[in-house]
Amino acid sequence: MDRSETERETGRTPAGAAEALDGHVREIVRRHFSEETGTPFWIAWAREAGWDPAEEVRGFEDLARFERFDGEWLKSVPHEDWVPKAFEGRPFTIFETGGTTGSPKQRIGWDDYKVDYEEFSNTLDDAAFPRGGYWLMIGPTGPRRLRLAIEHLANHRGSACYFVDLDPRWVKKLIAAGDTEQATAYMNHVVEQAATILEQRSVDVLFTTPRLLEAVGERLSIPDAGITGVFCGGTAMSPQVLRFLVEEVLEGKVALVPTYGNTLMGLAAHKPGFADEGYSITYHAPQPRAVLRVVEPESGDVVDYDEWGRVELTTLTRELFVPRFLERDEALRRTPCETYPWDGVGEVRPFRGEAEGIVEGVY
Amino acid sequence: MSDSPARIPVLRMGTEYESLEHVEVCDHADGSVLALMDQANAGIVRRDLRGKANPLREMTVARLLEICAEAAERFMEDELPPAEGEATQSPADYVAALSSSSGLPHTLCRANMDKVRTVLSKMDEVLRGLTRGMDLGLLDHGVGEQGGVAVSLAPNTDRLGVVLPSNSPGVNSIWLPAVALKTSVVLKPGREEPWTPLRIVRALVAAGAPAEAFGFYPTDHEGAAAILAGCDRAVLFGDERTTAPWAADPTVSVHGPGHSKVVIGPDESAHWKEHLDLLVESVAANGGRSCVNASTILVCDHGDEIAEALARRLADLEPRPADDPEATLCAFANPAVAENVDAAISREVEHGAEDVSARLRSTPRLAEHGGGVFLRPTVVRCDSPDHPLARTEYLFPFTSVVEVEAEALAASAADSLVVTAVTRDPALTRALIDDAGIGRLNLGPQPTTKIDWGQPHEGNLFELLYTRRAI
Repeated sequence: MDRSETERETGRTPAGAAEALDGHVREIVRRHFSEETGTPFWIAWAREAGWDPAEEVRGFEDLARFERFDGEWLKSVPHEDWVPKAFEGRPFTIFETGGTTGSPKQRIGWDDYKVDYEEFSNTLDDAAFPRGGYWLMIGPTGPRRLRLAIEHLANHRGSACYFVDLDPRWVKKLIAAGDTEQATAYMNHVVEQAATILEQRSVDVLFTTPRLLEAVGERLSIPDAGITGVFCGGTAMSPQVLRFLVEEVLEGKVALVPTYGNTLMGLAAHKPGFADEGYSITYHAPQPRAVLRVVEPESGDVVDYDEWGRVELTTLTRELFVPRFLERDEALRRTPCETYPWDGVGEVRPFRGEAEGIVEGVY
Repeated sequence: MSDSPARIPVLRMGTEYESLEHVEVCDHADGSVLALMDQANAGIVRRDLRGKANPLREMTVARLLEICAEAAERFMEDELPPAEGEATQSPADYVAALSSSSGLPHTLCRANMDKVRTVLSKMDEVLRGLTRGMDLGLLDHGVGEQGGVAVSLAPNTDRLGVVLPSNSPGVNSIWLPAVALKTSVVLKPGREEPWTPLRIVRALVAAGAPAEAFGFYPTDHEGAAAILAGCDRAVLFGDERTTAPWAADPTVSVHGPGHSKVVIGPDESAHWKEHLDLLVESVAANGGRSCVNASTILVCDHGDEIAEALARRLADLEPRPADDPEATLCAFANPAVAENVDAAISREVEHGAEDVSARLRSTPRLAEHGGGVFLRPTVVRCDSPDHPLARTEYLFPFTSVVEVEAEALAASAADSLVVTAVTRDPALTRALIDDAGIGRLNLGPQPTTKIDWGQPHEGNLFELLYTRRAI
């Protein structure tokens, strides 16, 4: 077996990754559409559609035969209809999306978040994110998958996590009403709680949003508080904002790991070395469990590299099949890299066409 | 200046900063890139405003007046670099760049330049007007006497935030006295007009002002809000939508639309022809771009004749090349704005109004000339002071002529930045004097655009920056 065959086998080249993805697509589609293991919603869908994805989908390209996944289904379809036969009888967790584009959607799950975040753990540097230390998450807890996921990630690395809650839906209401005074008061309330923990306890790792990270940095010196690593995500980070966070808020002394994720996808990892690329962040989906493409929304065709397009998500796990869901975001399509030999999404930000209607706020 | 785009940097309280993000400042006509303007993210603004250093506080007013006087000449004459270590900009380069991005003809650029020079060179006079004749030494000592009465002053802020518009460089004259009043400034330039505030800052620093006294933050909406919230006192320019959230904030001096008016009293309406020059000047000076331009003319009678005569006079103003010495109209920096304004006027005249200018000329309101988009002067005759066009001002020579009962003239002139009252009628004069909603009242036949630096008309910067306390 020569080197290229070895790489293909392990999915370390774009061609190998694509081949691995096709195999994964076949397996997942078969599971969700077969009578033995399938998901009631998708089995009923296939009956209506008049074709059998379990037999006919041979690879990722064939998913183009699906219409775009309608997010409204996650608001109205009974949860039981999303339970694959393989999971029947196992109590599930209900996770809600952020609700920045309307009323929240719900997805159910079992182990996905653990698998996603354990895989993500492999991307972390032990020096900045020490095993066995303490973490602090400042962000939405409540019905979010993120809260459980972060605690699991910390636990998986032998750490324990403090939490300060932030209710993004309340922030969204305050900002939409133009009530900056209350919005500021609420942010101060959140930051004060975080500062109290940082002052009273020894914490190594922070997980929060760009705006809250900045606000914590206004209250105290983050490196002096003992923080060695920060995960930051939840809202868009332009290159300039990222540079500001790294150079000024974190004083150039703390490792920053940008994150991009959501309830349907899990967590995308960033391409390492963004400081050498003008602080432009590229995220790569946790392929093959999820695929991100940057597309022209009407045709569904991927745009050229380094062109802007809408972010399209396909989720492919044993728990959930979501084909071609159009995210609220837009991004630059980026080339595969050595670490992640499949397309990336760069400089993700809320889609400009809808940006005026989206309230990002502090989360 | 070289042909490559200039760089407009961020000045972080004196320290030049090169951002990773910039916007293009473009020529209004051909879209060519004149400058790359660095953009400060809001976090940078918030972070810088956490510091409270104000190097001007320790300087004497006398020294600051000297600096202003020298800066006046440097602003007019010097080669000044927009960014350190890059090509300098001569006064002619500055006029060309300003005209190119803002659409102002060179004549008006120079007139506005002169306005800035006047304020800087006559700063002592300006301060006397702002302080109503106070001994300026009081600013150095904090205590003293005025008119035989003990006075003490306390500064309300170390830094004045200023969110600037793009419509006319002359607006910079409003914040300039802050420097002589020992207050550092944090400026957010308008999208199409970064040139003037930056040139003023460069001139002041060249004249000896400490660079740390000046923040220059091209930034977005969030950054502008950070300036307004982060400075204890601020000045905000903008339309009603922009300024509304801050209208009730006593720390923010809002400069929205002026809704300036000319009122011709019942005693003068028969002599309206004598005042036609005043009306032309009030409507069309500075290309109609100022908040002191009259957007409504209130009369008791002769409305049709006045509208027609004014429209005929203004019809002479035609788009011309930017460097034409006769040019008086400004191109719109954003052609879409001109198109929207044109459409809005056409829509609104359908009900209860007439576009008198349109009747008298054969050309459309919207005009293209030399690649620029213009709106030709427009006089509309409205049948009520409540007509939407009688309550709107646009950034070109546009005015409405409205007839109201003599008794209703004063009430119709309420809430105006400037009112010129052409009348000797005692009751009307008294009613206008008693209206606190009028920012500046010109009693007698003076254009609304006439400015007296000894008589601040739009908020009082000194009162915004200082509190007089009992002692």
